[in-house]
Amino acid sequence: MNVEAGSHAPAHRDYVGAKLGMWLFIFTELILFGGLFVAYSMYRFMNPHDFHHASGELNVPLGVTNTVVLLTSSLTMVLAIVAIRLQRKAQSMLFLATTIVLGLVFLVIKTFEWSAKFHHGLYPGAEHLLTRPPGERLFFGLYFGMTGLHGLHVTVGVVLLSVMLVLLYRDRIRHDDFVKLENSGLYWHIVDVIWIFLLPLFYLAA
Amino acid sequence: VSTAAQIAADPVPSAPNFYQAGKGIGAWLLTKDHKRIALMYLAAMTTFFLVGMTIGVFMRLEQLTMGPTLMKPTTYNALFTLHGVIMIFLFVIPGLPAVFGNFFLPILIGAEDVAFPRLNLLSWYLFMIGGFVALTSLFTGGGPPDTGWSFYVPYSVTTGTNVTMAVLGAFILGFSSILTGLNFITTMHRLRAPGMTWMRMPLFPWSLYATAWVQVLATPILGITLLLVILERVFHLGIFNPAMGGDPILYQHLFWTYSHPAVYIMILPAMGAISEIIPTFSHRTIFGYRAIVYSSMAIAGLGSLVWAHHMFTSGMSDFAVVVFSLLTFLVAIPSAIKVFNWVATLYKGSIELRSPMLYALGFIFLFSIGGLTGLFQGALAVNVHIHDTYFIVGHFHYVMFGGTGFAFFAALHYWYPKMFGRMYNERTAVVAWAHIFVGFNLFYFTFLVMGMQGMPRRYYDHLPVFHTGHIVSTVGSWIMVAGLLMMFVNLARGLRKKVEVPANPWGGVTLEWTIPSPPPVENFAKQPVITEPPYTFNPATKEATA
Repeated sequence: MNVEAGSHAPAHRDYVGAKLGMWLFIFTELILFGGLFVAYSMYRFMNPHDFHHASGELNVPLGVTNTVVLLTSSLTMVLAIVAIRLQRKAQSMLFLATTIVLGLVFLVIKTFEWSAKFHHGLYPGAEHLLTRPPGERLFFGLYFGMTGLHGLHVTVGVVLLSVMLVLLYRDRIRHDDFVKLENSGLYWHIVDVIWIFLLPLFYLAA
Repeated sequence: VSTAAQIAADPVPSAPNFYQAGKGIGAWLLTKDHKRIALMYLAAMTTFFLVGMTIGVFMRLEQLTMGPTLMKPTTYNALFTLHGVIMIFLFVIPGLPAVFGNFFLPILIGAEDVAFPRLNLLSWYLFMIGGFVALTSLFTGGGPPDTGWSFYVPYSVTTGTNVTMAVLGAFILGFSSILTGLNFITTMHRLRAPGMTWMRMPLFPWSLYATAWVQVLATPILGITLLLVILERVFHLGIFNPAMGGDPILYQHLFWTYSHPAVYIMILPAMGAISEIIPTFSHRTIFGYRAIVYSSMAIAGLGSLVWAHHMFTSGMSDFAVVVFSLLTFLVAIPSAIKVFNWVATLYKGSIELRSPMLYALGFIFLFSIGGLTGLFQGALAVNVHIHDTYFIVGHFHYVMFGGTGFAFFAALHYWYPKMFGRMYNERTAVVAWAHIFVGFNLFYFTFLVMGMQGMPRRYYDHLPVFHTGHIVSTVGSWIMVAGLLMMFVNLARGLRKKVEVPANPWGGVTLEWTIPSPPPVENFAKQPVITEPPYTFNPATKEATA
């Protein structure tokens, strides 16, 4: 600490403290999405039929594929942590790289889905959407808002994990100091968990 | 006190204080020292406060006469929005935690720094960026936002003014607030000195603990709400737009789900600071330590469940309205418990009326008025009558300025010698306090009266019937501002005069008074070990807090 201030204190590591801080941050993420889930429940309660109908427009196979992709990436994330704890650096880096690639695959599939929706005029502000009933407009407003914010989180996660990959390579994450990797993993899992709720709410509501 | 004696007997005079370690602007801008970060917050906030105050003065000047004199109605709309955004998001919400929390939380619990010093610096940068973005919205885009600080839809979505940028600024400030809260919670869980059990932790840290939980749990809701306003403006999502099937009332619910708990973010640390000052200047242990601790947590909990009392006239089911009214009344209980405890602490104490104590006593008086007028608004029938009048403006200025503002100044005068190793002129400080106190009451009590008579808020003009009231109030604002300027000048002049300030000028018994003024970089030369409850002034009073 305070190296520039001429401190002589040794940098201390607090594993429990670091984890506690990360869990608090995860609370805030859940509540951030919570506001959107509240909006979703309210509007779905008000427009059950429109939501049901609009949901049929979404591509279920692609949504399920993306779920499998993300869940697999969570597995490889955990394996990366296990590997570094067992001092298998190369293996850990391989698993972490796989996680990053799977995150990118998710984003690519998502992009295809979004562009298909744009193609069909099913996006907020589109002329075509304005001809649909209000509930369907809201459904697509929420769909883009919520999957958009989620996609942003996946993007941040991919960047974060790439930084971890570099730290792993440079031995800044080691078998006796891996809390950064573990916290990044926690973040990655929460992004996953949110997706697990988004899938039924949007794709399987029909 | 054994801890104090133990450390005082073992001074390390050679240790450089935190000003001496690392000179130059770079050493400050890249510092991870919680004390330096606190001072950087203080500098920024003083500036923001003076800007907000100046805007307020212009609003009062406009109301001195009838009809548009100084400004157009649209300018007035922009001014009250800016005054609100600056004062709330840049001064009152972050105020006590960011300045005094950062400086004294680690010291009060016997730690070297906060749990995440680098994150702490990031919070400061986010605060500065957020403030900068919010202020930039004044000069760019379609002109300064004119929605009021609450950014209510549909107007905030349809107005051509630069709401998007102001909202983005508030969003970034929210991020800063979350990270500070997260940092403080972790600090208190992990870094308390050996022997400092939860029930031996001083009350300012306790209030910061309650505050930090509200910051962490409520601020993200503001985040998503503001994000939705931006998305509505840019992408026309339709969530709050009735034409698209959305509901503007949902915005109000989401906004107040954060912004009501936010008023407890503003007031809880203020209560904590008062709980430090009252015992020191009464030379007596705090009355009902545990009751104050539990009431802080109760306020944080209950305060999160009362948001819809801002919306009694917005349209809600009768049942919901009654529930929110009842919960609102319940919050008064823990707040009153604190007031009674402070007053009971004074009882048979050896009271010393120094300037920090005067501000603290001013706080108790003004906060009591602010709290009680809050109950008027919690009462359903009365609420309809006084909704959106000067009564509510008077009420929240009593709580936010008479409460948090006075506590901020109390804390500033109390901890000034410790933070700077300098001293202000006591006599000037008292004169300034008297001006602020008298001016404040003239200013805002008139608001309460005019509100009862029906003067609506946010109007640039008034009817002849309110003219006398507005003149009285504006004159009050001059007295108050004169006092505030006197106070700031006095504090600034004190910085320039070199004097030897003892480690413990007030006779306080918490840990910050055991270390030199200003503190050394490491805070404590030796890890303090806590063996007693806080505020133990003499052995006879030990049982009271044990």
